[in-house]
Amino acid sequence: MDTRLNEEDLAFQEEVRQFLTESWDDEVRARCSNPATMKEGVEEWQDRLYKKGWMAPHWPVEYGGTDWSVTQKFIYNSERATFGAPEAVPFGVTMVASVIIDYGSDEQKAKFLPRILQSDDWWCQGYSEPGAGSDLASLKTRADLDGNEYVINGSKIWTTYAQYADWIFCLVRTDSSGRKQEGITFLLIDMKTPGITVRPIDTIDGFHHLNEVFFDNVRVPVENRIGEEGKGWTYAKSLLVQERLSIAEVADSKRALTELRELARGEVNGGKPLLEDPLFAKRLADVEIELMAVEFTELRALASIAEGDEPGPESSLLKLQGTEIQQTIQQLRMDVAGYYSGTLQGDLGADQLGHDFADSAQKNFFRGRAASIYGGSNEVQKNITAKYVLGL
Amino acid sequence: MNFNLSEEQSLIRDSITRFVSENYGFDQRNTVVAMDHGFSTEHWQQFAELGWLSIPFAEAHGGFGGGPVDTMLIMQEFGRGLVAEPYLPTVLLFGGLLQSGADAALQDEYIPKIISGELQGAFAYLERQSRYEMTDIATTARQEGSTWILNGEKTVVLNGGAAQKLIVAARTSGKQFDRAGITLFLVDAGSNGFKSTVYRMTDGQEAANLTLSNVTAEAVIGTTGDGHALMGPIIDSACTAVCANALGAMEALNALTLEYCKTREQFGVAIGSFQALQHRMVDMFGACENVKSLLYRAVCAAQEGDDDARRSMLALKVMTGGAGRLIGGEAIQLHGGMGMTDELSVGFFVKRLMIINTLFGDADYHQQLFAKLVNDSVSDQSTQNSQAA
Repeated sequence: MDTRLNEEDLAFQEEVRQFLTESWDDEVRARCSNPATMKEGVEEWQDRLYKKGWMAPHWPVEYGGTDWSVTQKFIYNSERATFGAPEAVPFGVTMVASVIIDYGSDEQKAKFLPRILQSDDWWCQGYSEPGAGSDLASLKTRADLDGNEYVINGSKIWTTYAQYADWIFCLVRTDSSGRKQEGITFLLIDMKTPGITVRPIDTIDGFHHLNEVFFDNVRVPVENRIGEEGKGWTYAKSLLVQERLSIAEVADSKRALTELRELARGEVNGGKPLLEDPLFAKRLADVEIELMAVEFTELRALASIAEGDEPGPESSLLKLQGTEIQQTIQQLRMDVAGYYSGTLQGDLGADQLGHDFADSAQKNFFRGRAASIYGGSNEVQKNITAKYVLGL
Repeated sequence: MNFNLSEEQSLIRDSITRFVSENYGFDQRNTVVAMDHGFSTEHWQQFAELGWLSIPFAEAHGGFGGGPVDTMLIMQEFGRGLVAEPYLPTVLLFGGLLQSGADAALQDEYIPKIISGELQGAFAYLERQSRYEMTDIATTARQEGSTWILNGEKTVVLNGGAAQKLIVAARTSGKQFDRAGITLFLVDAGSNGFKSTVYRMTDGQEAANLTLSNVTAEAVIGTTGDGHALMGPIIDSACTAVCANALGAMEALNALTLEYCKTREQFGVAIGSFQALQHRMVDMFGACENVKSLLYRAVCAAQEGDDDARRSMLALKVMTGGAGRLIGGEAIQLHGGMGMTDELSVGFFVKRLMIINTLFGDADYHQQLFAKLVNDSVSDQSTQNSQAA
């Protein structure tokens, strides 16, 4: 056991810091944080990552990934979060790409992977349905084979960024005769295909990110099917593990905690910084201790993956604990904002409102409530852990 | 001992329940909140006609002469429907301060106008640096002849956009954080040098930041330099009132969540059949019952002028903050993705509960006041005991 960084790691850390200092500049930062320019901002940022060769660090080198060690991945992610730079949007590069790499045909790899790497295509995820949330396998969107095409009818819900997406990866039902997990097929669908409509969903955080996607006799060529018909559940599950690992966002929580501490130092009540309030200090210490533990749980998981073990059900625990920590930090940020946490800044400047982080605190707080719901609700993660880890 | 309502109180409650059920459906509330200032003047006139605006005021001014129980009933039922009309700022804060501190002429002039629904008011006590410390007042007032001139800034003034008259806390002597030297002033929103910047709160209500540049006050409310003592009891009773509002919201939110869990099916059954979720709904129910018990305790103590009234009020405010957080968080979680949308009222209830937690100081702030109150009185007691021995 040794967690010290060696010389090579330190040199890598320096390289990462230098890249972030140069590339994560004020201009791209401003574009990414403004909802109106977010898409262009993210594309610009991902383009800079691509040019550096770091758009897809977890992909095999042959497809444009890196040969980073676990330690290097950890260093990169820590530094990225410390600088406040976002991860690449996960639906393409992290989620569908891992399925294409593991189960896709050579033609699919050649067609889709370079476009994902260069941010030419935005992807969204067509998993949940109005009647299939926690119970994902009960999904009903139908795909009927007609010649060389599937005809899709049904709807998907909670589809993040469907309004931007060029492609959607979808779980569809091709057979209803057997167990519900059987008869599910994994399809890649061009969002421009006739018969697809996207309905925005208004959410409690005031951002437009969620949508419902409707399919009305949408025709999809058979060559857009991943692997075999009826085996979609197996492919989908491997992706769910990836998704859970990416949701924990431990490095980002570390940065959020550091920021929180500074905000609490600046917030004064009766002449005393909030940081010196014993109840607040305890809450802050509680979440920091949790985070220190989860950080090493994540490292342990990454190390075991590097040694060739499959990431398994323990990813559920990371998702569970990681999202609880995110939400605790978001709540504490609201507490620091005090009575301002209930204000909506709207078009006012921060100086007119009289507070500079309350508006983002409340938006992030409300948006963050979704983290314990998406990627399999935290209740589902507990069920998975009880069943597959504890054998209950 | 009993926890029953009088016949009169039952009638008031029933009429508010009826109003809420007829006028505060999901779409109806959205329409109201989208109106100017975030509420319906038509509803406000209806409140006046039904006598609800008169409830806390003395009979001498045409009021109903109601007590804490009556205020509780109104606020609780309003909470159930997330009623948007500014009862707290106009009637309880502005009206409460007038009733308890203004001279007879001002009371005769303004209280009947509140009761008739003509006058909207607000209480401007917060400043951007003050957080929850109400003695942290930088706004100043200086005397010129017989008039007072105010300068400074006030923030997050509830109903500050619609209010025609406001009561503003300013410092007339003493240093930052001194209790003495704070004075309350009646200010007209149309005064020269009075500027307001309005915005909405997350639950839809309107608030304003005020800039006062050499604003001439209309009158002093209460005694010069003694404003802190005047506002204390009004804020204490407003704390109890907003907790009643929170209780109504919690009851409604628990009912919505329970209904959802009974009807939403996954894995072929209602999700409410899962034990893990059942236990959490029991915790939500228990949290709500705790708030109800402390609310009754605080209201009875206040009504009876009990020495213990402040301890009960602080306990209630702490419990309400925690219960609101638990119930709000679980309500979103148990509704799943639907809880994230503005297509259900879940999020609106959660936002109201979160705002109530921060009003007049959050749960952590009140918990420390509670500890100090209780521990100081215990050490007083033991000092007395040891002296007696």
